[in-house]
Amino acid sequence: MIGAGSDAVDIAAAVSAGRVSARAVTDAALDRIAAGNQRLNAFTAVTAERARKAAAAIDAKRARGEALGLLAGVPYAVKNLFDIAGVTTLAGAKIEAGKAPAAADAAAVRRLDAAGAVLVGALNMDEYAYGFTTENAHYGPTRNPHDVLRSAGGSSGGCGAAVAGGLVPLSVGTDTNGSIRVPASLCGIFGLKPTYGRLDRAGAMAFVDSLDHVGPFARSVRDLALCYDALQGGTTAPIEPTAPRLGDGVAGLRVAVADGYFAPAGAEEAQDAVALVARVLGATRRVELPESARARAAAFVISAAEGANLHLPDLRRRAADFDPATRDRFLAGALVPAAWLLQAQRFRRWYRAQVLEVFASTDVILAPATPCAAPRLGQETIALEGKEIALRPNLGLFTQPLSFIGLPVVVVPVQRDGALPIGVQIIAAPWCEAMALRVAAALEDAGAVSAGLAG
Amino acid sequence: MGTTPFDAGTYVDAAAAAIDLPIAPEHRPGVILNLERLAAMAQLVMAFPLAKETAPAPVFRA
Repeated sequence: MIGAGSDAVDIAAAVSAGRVSARAVTDAALDRIAAGNQRLNAFTAVTAERARKAAAAIDAKRARGEALGLLAGVPYAVKNLFDIAGVTTLAGAKIEAGKAPAAADAAAVRRLDAAGAVLVGALNMDEYAYGFTTENAHYGPTRNPHDVLRSAGGSSGGCGAAVAGGLVPLSVGTDTNGSIRVPASLCGIFGLKPTYGRLDRAGAMAFVDSLDHVGPFARSVRDLALCYDALQGGTTAPIEPTAPRLGDGVAGLRVAVADGYFAPAGAEEAQDAVALVARVLGATRRVELPESARARAAAFVISAAEGANLHLPDLRRRAADFDPATRDRFLAGALVPAAWLLQAQRFRRWYRAQVLEVFASTDVILAPATPCAAPRLGQETIALEGKEIALRPNLGLFTQPLSFIGLPVVVVPVQRDGALPIGVQIIAAPWCEAMALRVAAALEDAGAVSAGLAG
Repeated sequence: MGTTPFDAGTYVDAAAAAIDLPIAPEHRPGVILNLERLAAMAQLVMAFPLAKETAPAPVFRA
């Protein structure tokens, strides 16, 4: 029986076998969005007509006896910074709302459509992806399906809420400093930030070109892998399918837990989740990624400077139209001196060399994804190392150093009785997404991590 | 930042003028606050000695 909790693999199998039509699956998804989106505010546009047309085409193809794609009839949605032909690309900004609709689909949309997936809409985000909570002043906050008074995380908050809330089984977002991994953690679902340069970013509005990545969200590891495989291609990176190797197991893999910067006092719920995953994997070794605080600081400077420069014409002409949550950060970022930016970029090379050295003796590193589970909407601070610190920038504390050097990371969700879920980062060496996904699959098989429907 | 105290307000006004970026009076305090935060982050980066051979990685390739 195909329903809200079905994963993409099951849906595609049912559609391909003719047990259910793509049209019926699409209609059911559109109904769920109509019924559930008011509660979550995950979608900013629903592409119902396009979805029904695509579904009808898939059903017709099957009726003609043609082979269907690996994602046949699977509903999905994308962060609203991806171009969708005929829809204005908002990137969470009021400034963009007056622009012409996109003329063509983004590469990610083209690839998933080619695999038979059915696009049902665009998802809310922090303005221009500059945030970790999706408390968007123009389009409203996206709410966490586990508790609607809490944040879904950001900046791909709509992606997290739509998948965790059962509106769609798959979504595609972007991650510059943690914008896939933070919402995956807070919504209790799986997320993948691939290696920098792996997936095609064409038609996705940039935030920070030096750090932007495209990646999928899902409620099962096999869905995450399948979606990621369908997204590959169109770049100089090799196409390396991961789904066929998910069951290869973790025997012989050298797994270690990130120490020091990634294990501060006060992040106990995050540490407990890491400890549980480490136990299941039999990982007892701890490793240090040296100077990670500086790596995070450098990513912070690069993001502010590059992000602001991209929007400089609008900052000059219409700063008041920016979301108050991003405006002053962009304005300040526009003024970053060249010395700070260049030193941050040079430090990136140093840090990358240090971390690659760690990978010479380690295959996979575990680290918390967020310092805490989903915070309340409007929450300003968290306690860390005995101090009350600003919540919003620090949600990315553990994600930011890793995207800084483009490492592939899978976030796996740890569900906790009577408490909100929280994610753990499975970090692999560059281009080793398959290994991180294999570890995630082993953890899912062992029952240590899972992503059921929320709400 | 070394021996000279960093006056973010003065810097914001001068740098904004240099790149022709008008900053409305109501936005100025928030911009100064954020520039101070950036300065604190940048100080961490600037304090770390890098060899001359350490080239920038504006396009990172793994």
